[in-house]
Amino acid sequence: MTTPSQTVGPFFGYALPYERGWELVPEDHAGAITVTGRVLDGAGEPVPDALLELWLGETGTRGALDRRGPGVSGFGRCPTAPDGGYRFRTARPATPYLALLVFARGLLRPVLTRVYLEDVPDPLLDSLEPALRATLVARAEGIGTYRFDVRLQGEGETAFLEF
Amino acid sequence: MTHPPYLSPAYRSTLLRAPSRPPLLLKADPDTIELTSPVFGHHEVAEHEADLTRQHSGEPLGERITVSGRILDAAGRPVRNTLVEIWQTNAAGRYAHPVDRHPAPLDPNFTGAGRCLTDDDGRYRFVTIKPGAYPWRNHHNAWRPAHIHFSVFGTAFTQRLVTQMYFPGDPLFPFDPIFQSVPDPAARERLIAAFDIDATEPEWALGYRFDVTLGRTPMEDS
Ligand SMILES: [Fe+2]
Repeated sequence: MTTPSQTVGPFFGYALPYERGWELVPEDHAGAITVTGRVLDGAGEPVPDALLELWLGETGTRGALDRRGPGVSGFGRCPTAPDGGYRFRTARPATPYLALLVFARGLLRPVLTRVYLEDVPDPLLDSLEPALRATLVARAEGIGTYRFDVRLQGEGETAFLEF
Repeated sequence: MTHPPYLSPAYRSTLLRAPSRPPLLLKADPDTIELTSPVFGHHEVAEHEADLTRQHSGEPLGERITVSGRILDAAGRPVRNTLVEIWQTNAAGRYAHPVDRHPAPLDPNFTGAGRCLTDDDGRYRFVTIKPGAYPWRNHHNAWRPAHIHFSVFGTAFTQRLVTQMYFPGDPLFPFDPIFQSVPDPAARERLIAAFDIDATEPEWALGYRFDVTLGRTPMEDS
């Protein structure tokens, strides 16, 4: 019998984030990319107390929590800033997408989505009408930077997933 | 239904944050990365991180307790070497978080955050103090029942669970829209730890048991 989910609440900030949790690869890692954006609520206002977790599908050589030394971690965690902003520095994933979980006060369970780095033929993307499809595709901004906003509710609401 | 719905109007923060569309149901295939999960190494988590009463020079005030249990998958099998993180208020109901404005004292000897990895039996164990109830601004005279926040990974990203563990017999249960957001009363009961005299250590600490069962993963045969 599954244990029910409860909200992460507003007070996780001193417990769950860890040092350089957003850096899945060191700064000098060849081919590193940055995924950045904002989390917005149904009124289009920033969500300043969300926690994002990024998963690439493999733990990597760097470990999941350890940020010392070279190599790649497959897992990152980033709390949003007062403007709702977050960022991850990561290696390019083997898949066309990265998995993203968002927790927040007011979310009684997390929302799960995917960050596609390119709009490519893909079973999930191809099943969506264009407006919804667009919510899953990050926007390339200069070299190696991808913008991906999470809209929890309302206009441009992100496509959330379950399995 | 086990999990609370996203929109639970009595908990006001859900009004602008609950997605308006149900999540898209995706068919998983063996390459789906959401069916895997980060693996946490023992070198990444130190043993003393499971004892929240030894993080400062002195001992925290409050009722010393142990909280232990097992992390299980939907088939009841232990989830081994998985990361369990907890956070909570001090005995007075105050979080060591700058955003917490509750006029209750901070305890210089208590931060209230801990983590550990489960053993080969899926077992975890924390030493801490009993957290306090605290007020919040959701509605007039709103108080959260005492709880410990839990974060658990499991073997698939789809199993990832953040929840709250409550204490038996709390008089605030009927008034708490977060606890009450779980529609099924039987499922709600699964959020309440059990007092366990056998886990209680004489002359030292009361023992509470709290087992966590993670959701089914899509590739699991039911
Ligand atoms: Fe709390």
